[in-house]
Amino acid sequence: MRPLFAKPISAKQATLLVLLLLIAVAPAFFPSNFYYRVGTLIFINGLAVTGLVVLIGYAGQISLGHAGFAGLGAYACALGPVHLGLPPALSLVLGAVLSGLLAWLVGRPILRLKGHYLAIATLGFGVLVSMVLANEAWLTGGPDGMAVADLGLRGLLKSAGIKVGNAELWYWLAGLILLAGAWLALNLKDSPSGRALRSLHDSEVAARTVGVDVARYKLSAFVISAVYASVSGSLLALTNRFVTPDIANFLHSIELVTMTVLGGAGTVIGAATGALLLTALPQVLTALQEYEHIVFGLIMMLVMIFLPDGLLPSLHRLLRRRVS
Amino acid sequence: MKKSILLSWTAAAALAVGLAGPADAEIKIGSTLAVTGGASFLGDPEARTLKMLVDEVNAAGGVNGEKLELVQYDDGGDPNKARTFATRLVEDDEVVAVIGGSTTGATMAMIPVFEEAKIPFISLAGAVVIIDPVKKWVFKTPHTDRMACGKIFEDIRKRGLSKVGLISGSGGFGKSMRQQCLDVAGSAGVEIVADETYGPDDADMTPQLTKIKNAAGVQAILNADFGQGPAIVTRNVRQLGIALPLYQSHGVASKSFIELAGEAAEGVRLPASALLVADKLPDSDPQKAVVVGYKAAYEKATGEPVSTFGGHAYDAFQMLVAAMKKAGSSEPAAVRDAIEQTRGFMGTAGVVNMSATDHLGLDLTAFRMLEIRKGDWTLVE
Repeated sequence: MRPLFAKPISAKQATLLVLLLLIAVAPAFFPSNFYYRVGTLIFINGLAVTGLVVLIGYAGQISLGHAGFAGLGAYACALGPVHLGLPPALSLVLGAVLSGLLAWLVGRPILRLKGHYLAIATLGFGVLVSMVLANEAWLTGGPDGMAVADLGLRGLLKSAGIKVGNAELWYWLAGLILLAGAWLALNLKDSPSGRALRSLHDSEVAARTVGVDVARYKLSAFVISAVYASVSGSLLALTNRFVTPDIANFLHSIELVTMTVLGGAGTVIGAATGALLLTALPQVLTALQEYEHIVFGLIMMLVMIFLPDGLLPSLHRLLRRRVS
Repeated sequence: MKKSILLSWTAAAALAVGLAGPADAEIKIGSTLAVTGGASFLGDPEARTLKMLVDEVNAAGGVNGEKLELVQYDDGGDPNKARTFATRLVEDDEVVAVIGGSTTGATMAMIPVFEEAKIPFISLAGAVVIIDPVKKWVFKTPHTDRMACGKIFEDIRKRGLSKVGLISGSGGFGKSMRQQCLDVAGSAGVEIVADETYGPDDADMTPQLTKIKNAAGVQAILNADFGQGPAIVTRNVRQLGIALPLYQSHGVASKSFIELAGEAAEGVRLPASALLVADKLPDSDPQKAVVVGYKAAYEKATGEPVSTFGGHAYDAFQMLVAAMKKAGSSEPAAVRDAIEQTRGFMGTAGVVNMSATDHLGLDLTAFRMLEIRKGDWTLVE
């Protein structure tokens, strides 16, 4: 097949280019501000899912508790400004550091487990976080949630003479952060660490035999994905200006894993596709509101049965076969 | 190779395109409710009520000569989804007013959207924080848990009692009501002599009730919770042979509570909407026509028994329509002002008198004190 450009670009560059183009061009087709909101949500989910690509796609480990880290990030942004007097942006960083630290602590014992046992252990972690958030009402406001301070970026831009709508601002901000997150994840993939991670995915025994420190690489993948989830939770809280324990909900964890697997867990662009589909579909399906869950479940079953590698890799292979 | 990545991406993206808007109408009213999910016992009757009322108004020629169109979404009680639908209602559907938010979390997440867009918003959720402090564009119709506490304490004082043992569930409802009861106890002249809690899945509350029974001077028991917990508490109270008056919250004001608690429910008192005793109200009661009318219409339209929660949607809708008629337009700012000027509106929750400082407009008389006798509700007053 003839290369698309005179000088061939790498898969990494292609992925970033596609993402950049989509983020930049999509607003030209937005009939209203509402689409900026949907776009923002897609990018925020996409970020958490990119983290899960590192864990699930690269390292081949499963987690059903990542909404727990999203919850930590979200509540860091809600509580930091109130209790510590930190600016929201710094609270986001603090949340990410805390999440990473916690992932490192719980990851050590948890990641010794495999398959179903690992799934259950991470699930337990997620449930624990969501219970703490719901029950410690003196700190978190309980199940009814709490307000989140304004990021202040819009005011800052305004004073610099740039006027931008709230919805648009969040679209661009979340889009940029997703690009940065994708760039980092893609760089990791082609690095020696990334190759070590992917060797785990294929066979842990083989990886160990060739000298890969299995425990360390698993743990680092877990920590990285936790940080991604935490930042995505923080962004969600900051854009909503309100947070409830629902963010750490078990179903949110499942949603994130589903996005990762549906689009194709192995690649960043596949995962982004999953985030796009599962975030936009419920909005498309409001016309069939009563049947939404049925249609939703049907689509997922069909994809998993007929496109078991996930949507994008399977389509990709199909197209490649036709082209060649 | 590169080309096929691009191609496959476009193919996948094409699936997601098609966020189409609904057809044009004269006056668009928006609504997002928890029609499915854990809070569907709230959202489902609310959604059915709104549909029924919109059809009714349109059949009668609409409002100010224009037909209504209801744009309704199901947020499943999830605040994040509610926020997205709120944005959609404002930006995409361009509604003039919004009714909804079945839960407090969903409502609180949506408020900034409507405040910024300057669209009147009538919430159907319980908590006081929605309207306290007052927000310019936000109103609500249901009684607050603070008022339930006030009503219960008022009744306890009427019986010449003052020392109350409090037992509450640790879910959102129980937690919020417990706090409100503790807050208003002092000013109501009531002393909380015991304060016990139980988890949402607990199947036996005898330890907590034994503690309350042994608390010095306790004269009445108040249970703040909804769902199964209160039925278990009621049974446990009788099993322990505690002869103190037992009060439940407005959260259990449904027939299923009486069924669950069985004979133990005899003599239990609770504050509730007049809807529950619509047929038993005396003809002289000014609220009778409204509640009997809504009950009959709802049960005929849906074939299901009426619920207090649908009543909240009824009140919100009628107030909104009245405001649009009064303002003579459906322009959001004019409608907002007219809602705030609502005076003497008779709804299922009681008489509503809104003002610039009160966006709920109900007082304690809105609640009726009911007692369960022979497996049915009876009015105490």
